[in-house]
Amino acid sequence: MFSEQQVKRIEELKAHYQHPKSVILEALWMWQDEHGWVSEEGMKAVAEVLGVPYHHVYGVVTFYTMYNRAPVGKHKIEVCTNISCMLRGSDRVLEHLQKRLHVKTGETTPDKKFTLVEAECLGSCGTAPMMQIGDAYHENLDEAKVDKILSELK
Amino acid sequence: MEPLLLPHIHNYHKIDVYESRGGYQMLRKALSMKPDEVTDEVKKSGLRGRGGACFPTGLKWSFMPKQTDKPKYLCVNGDESEPGTFKDRQIFEYNPHLLIEGILIASYAMGVHTAYLYVRGEYNHWIKLVQKAVDDAVAKGYLGQNILGSGFTLNLYLHRGAGAYICGEESSLMNSLEGERGYPRVKPPFPAQFGLWGCPTTINNVETIANVPIILQMGAEAYSKIGAPKHPGPILVGVSGHVNKPGVYEMPTGVPLTEIIEKYAGGVTGGKTIKAVIPGGSSTMVLRGEALAGVTMDFEGLKAAGSSVGTAGLIVMDDETDLIRVITRITAFYHHESCGQCTPCREGTGWMHKLLKRFETYEATAEDIDLLLDVANNIEGNTVCALGDAAAWPVQSFIRQFREEFEKRVAPRSAAREPETLSATA
Repeated sequence: MFSEQQVKRIEELKAHYQHPKSVILEALWMWQDEHGWVSEEGMKAVAEVLGVPYHHVYGVVTFYTMYNRAPVGKHKIEVCTNISCMLRGSDRVLEHLQKRLHVKTGETTPDKKFTLVEAECLGSCGTAPMMQIGDAYHENLDEAKVDKILSELK
Repeated sequence: MEPLLLPHIHNYHKIDVYESRGGYQMLRKALSMKPDEVTDEVKKSGLRGRGGACFPTGLKWSFMPKQTDKPKYLCVNGDESEPGTFKDRQIFEYNPHLLIEGILIASYAMGVHTAYLYVRGEYNHWIKLVQKAVDDAVAKGYLGQNILGSGFTLNLYLHRGAGAYICGEESSLMNSLEGERGYPRVKPPFPAQFGLWGCPTTINNVETIANVPIILQMGAEAYSKIGAPKHPGPILVGVSGHVNKPGVYEMPTGVPLTEIIEKYAGGVTGGKTIKAVIPGGSSTMVLRGEALAGVTMDFEGLKAAGSSVGTAGLIVMDDETDLIRVITRITAFYHHESCGQCTPCREGTGWMHKLLKRFETYEATAEDIDLLLDVANNIEGNTVCALGDAAAWPVQSFIRQFREEFEKRVAPRSAAREPETLSATA
């Protein structure tokens, strides 16, 4: 369920659009920010608060890649491996992370602290290779820089 | 040329600094003009869209109906997801008020009272920066009701995406804004007739809109004299790959690609020679390194060279680059991002990727080169939106320009497998 404050925010957002459906993405963001992923309960809550069918919310969630459909680690590490990053060594960054975290791409560490995934171009081609953790962009990476970033994550 | 889109002014993203340098004066100027006069000025300037298609901006605005009982909308496209493109993010970070002022002027010209800025979900950090700028503009009376006492009203809302390259396609963007799956729509009807919620809508790229206050500042005449005559103005060129100083550089249109690489981006890393260049983001056609002489970064210059400006995301590859790996990675991207609505794109991108994997692992047959080309040719032009074309063009051009690279990856005769048909379940 959404909190009273969240519902108030959703009501404000509804006024920005002709139809409440437009708030689905933002309501899903609110749910994911709080719970870390979008569960069936989350989709139901979004459907209910906006008065749209559950199947519609499900359809939207499954179209976009940024909603986690299952729990992920506390820090989701997304390594761009698209062309500009590939040309500047994203392979090394990804391999290094796999070794350091003892996981394959797509896996979560047993302590649930890190999930490692590959990402498509994140618009950071001039500072490649890069990775995104949460909202933060970490750019111009090498192995030492990756180690430093990992050690600073609580 | 003095930078106009990204001027080197400390704290320019702050509204006080922006105002102290003449910021929001062009909004005042526009409000003193008739809306059609503003559109005419943009038409005369020769501004073309910076989102990839190079469509004349003023002409696009003039498609919006004058008499309608429906609300009209402006959607500003900040989805920026084309691999090799990272320019709009610079505007969000360093010059958000130029963008907001541009949105105000464009909205006034088209009689729009609600504008949306759609930004890719991964850019949440920059969404917060732009939201701060919007809040400051509202507080100063530049956005909202009765702006500067003119009677003109504009509400500007940021809309965060959630990870989908296709939502940078204008009709897909509108569906995403409506809270639907981001499937592109069949055109016609075009957005100016039937756009957001069936109402007249114009979609412009972030950088395009940021050019609008500059046009009013300089006057259309002076603006049209910047750079290439048929594609004038300042342009943000993103240089990535094997160069010493990758980054976004502002320059007039029409600068030779070799000058961009050597002068702006500091030359090729390690002093190597250039094997290939993708001039305008991953969907534009690849050029051979030795064929770059005289090719300029503008609509006509790149068209003559057999490619296009796209989003001016220049990707440089040195002589040691494995081009088969590059095209395989590009194709994997389009396969991943195909929305699945049209069969040729949904299936074809997967087939192309499967074929390219054979070249990557030296398991292809000689016939696979033409089979790959055949699949690409059957995607191109046969889909609702341009993603199909965007997936086909790199494959077609890599084969056309670098056929020898594919031939080198064919398996030795003895090791070659029997020719087979492609299965749909790649």
